[in-house]
Amino acid sequence: MSGLDDGLLDLASVAVLALGVAALWRRDVRALIGLLRAQGVALALVASVEALAGHDVALGATAALVLAVKAVAVPWVLGRVAASDPGAREGAPLINVPSSLVLAAALVGLAVVVGAPLARLSSGHAAALAPLGLATVLVGYLVLVTRRRPLSQIVGLLIIDNGVALVTFLLTSGVPLVIELGGSLDVLLVVVVSTTLVGAMRARIGAEELDELEGLRD
Amino acid sequence: MPALVLLAPTLAAVVVALVPPGRLARAVSVAAALVVLGGGVVLGARCAGGRVEHALGGLVRVDALSALMIIVIGGVATLATAAMGRTLEPGTDRVSRRRARQYGALVQVFLAAMLGAVVAANLGVVWVMVEATTIATTFLVGHRRTRPALEASWKYVVLCSVGIALAFLGLVLLYFASAHTGAGPHAASLDWTGLRRLAPHLDPTVTRVAVGLVVIGFGTKVGLAPMQSWLPDAHSEAPGPVSALMSGVLLTVALYAILRVKVIADLALGAGFVRALLLALGLLSLAVAAALVVAQRDLKRLLAYSSIEHMGLLALAVAAGTPLAVAAALLHVVGHGLTKSVLFLGAGEVHHAESTTTIAEIRALLRRQPGLGAVMAAGLVALAGFPPFSLFASELAMFRAEVDAGLGWAAGVALVVLVVVAGALARAARAILLGPAMPVTRPVPMRALAPLVAALVACAALGVVAWPLATLLHGAAGVLG
Repeated sequence: MSGLDDGLLDLASVAVLALGVAALWRRDVRALIGLLRAQGVALALVASVEALAGHDVALGATAALVLAVKAVAVPWVLGRVAASDPGAREGAPLINVPSSLVLAAALVGLAVVVGAPLARLSSGHAAALAPLGLATVLVGYLVLVTRRRPLSQIVGLLIIDNGVALVTFLLTSGVPLVIELGGSLDVLLVVVVSTTLVGAMRARIGAEELDELEGLRD
Repeated sequence: MPALVLLAPTLAAVVVALVPPGRLARAVSVAAALVVLGGGVVLGARCAGGRVEHALGGLVRVDALSALMIIVIGGVATLATAAMGRTLEPGTDRVSRRRARQYGALVQVFLAAMLGAVVAANLGVVWVMVEATTIATTFLVGHRRTRPALEASWKYVVLCSVGIALAFLGLVLLYFASAHTGAGPHAASLDWTGLRRLAPHLDPTVTRVAVGLVVIGFGTKVGLAPMQSWLPDAHSEAPGPVSALMSGVLLTVALYAILRVKVIADLALGAGFVRALLLALGLLSLAVAAALVVAQRDLKRLLAYSSIEHMGLLALAVAAGTPLAVAAALLHVVGHGLTKSVLFLGAGEVHHAESTTTIAEIRALLRRQPGLGAVMAAGLVALAGFPPFSLFASELAMFRAEVDAGLGWAAGVALVVLVVVAGALARAARAILLGPAMPVTRPVPMRALAPLVAALVACAALGVVAWPLATLLHGAAGVLG
């Protein structure tokens, strides 16, 4: 890999994490979807830089798949649901923004502590960036558990998924194409299924705040 | 043969989605389940001795363990699809007819995904299929479209997707480790046989993290504590046949994935790591089940907590890990699959006839609905672990194997939990079965009960003479040895 490739890889990987962290302070559902779209583009960039550097055709195909699914299809499905409820904003998150950013910083630190020994197994430049992917996974969890609206929770789930994808590209230059295909299809279907469910809940329950979903308790 | 087993529910899904709901759709559903069961028996006979069958260009690999799982899936699927027509009588309006078609087709997709998971040669494909089961079942859980049903399916899809994302991260790390074994990066593989060959050379640090994530991730779908909170909701809100499939087989399909990874982990790290992990999760599950089963007022939630208990028992036996322990655990998978599906289908009939599953509102089933009452009584006796049913034999064998493996203390804990749960089951049984007779609303016909009786008879027969399955069980345990 050339210096330029390394630089691009650094930039795109950091962007994936930064966009995930940004999701902690945006409340407008449409802004969250925009972040997700940008994250998809950054991920596709990571995959294509590696594909070009390694002359890896399968990884090139994966990059195209990632762009199609994570940057186009998934945001489109989410956008359609968001459009049916204009002006939807997340209420106050369970943890306020400054505290959640501090927590996110701690999670990034944790990811480095856990991830660095793992990355040491490979001498490549890309593997050294893997802790960024782990950090994105942890930040996605934080988004998921601090948000109340179903759509924002789906965004959290997808940030986790993007973090896993980043780890995949950085550590192993992707998984075999058949798994990548199956995995992408699964992600797309989970989004379709869960957004349909959001629609059904909206029709049946009205108030979408998950806080009020307390019918099932022991 | 393996391709046929996968093809049957896939084709049935297409047919059921296209034809109007009714007799033809039901017949096709049951036929597909029977093909799976029959195919499983044939594969079991062929693979019990250690033979491995491949299909679809190496994507599919069937050994004794896969064959056993196909048999369990086929058996429970036959029971569930046979009962589907009863608890699901579509109305005449277009919406309910469309939903009935969707329901029937999704059940077949669900079956195909579970079968795909147990026959996949590649752990990555196993993962894709387990995730596909979540997608297929989300709408099935929420089928009733009531508020609690929708809540349950939301909780289900979010928690299980998060869990399964962790499992994928674990598999990626395993793949990473397999690329750095000294055999060169081209040896990198998620193929189970390939990984098993490389296992002794995997980097222990990376493998430890990877296996931890995989066990926690798939453990979420097994319903092991502390990731169990979706289970009681999903299993109690889903329609009876779906609960039967979820409790009876889906949980153990996820456990199957853990069993496959455990083989690799044990070769790479020694047996101690996964053992400690499964002991912790298993004991916690038993504790949660024992604590919450006592206060249950709903029949289906009671059954759901009993599933968590049984998954805990299985986790302990797998932790012990000796061939005898694993063979006993697999017999337990068969027995629990049969018994739990009979009870969930029975509970579905109760719900259909009485419009409730609240224990306090169901009375005197034995007098008012003698057939259904007798089936529920026998099922609860079987579930509580009494002879002659096979759960007694498998629990006894698991405990024995645990004592031999030096885990006698864990077996002791499990025994206490078993007594607590049996007490809760007995109390529920007394409440719903006995009491003064009241008028019968809608008696359940014998032909609806016949498959349930057959399953209970099979379960009892397996408890007395395990020989029809013994070679296959030991063959399957051998695969994991």
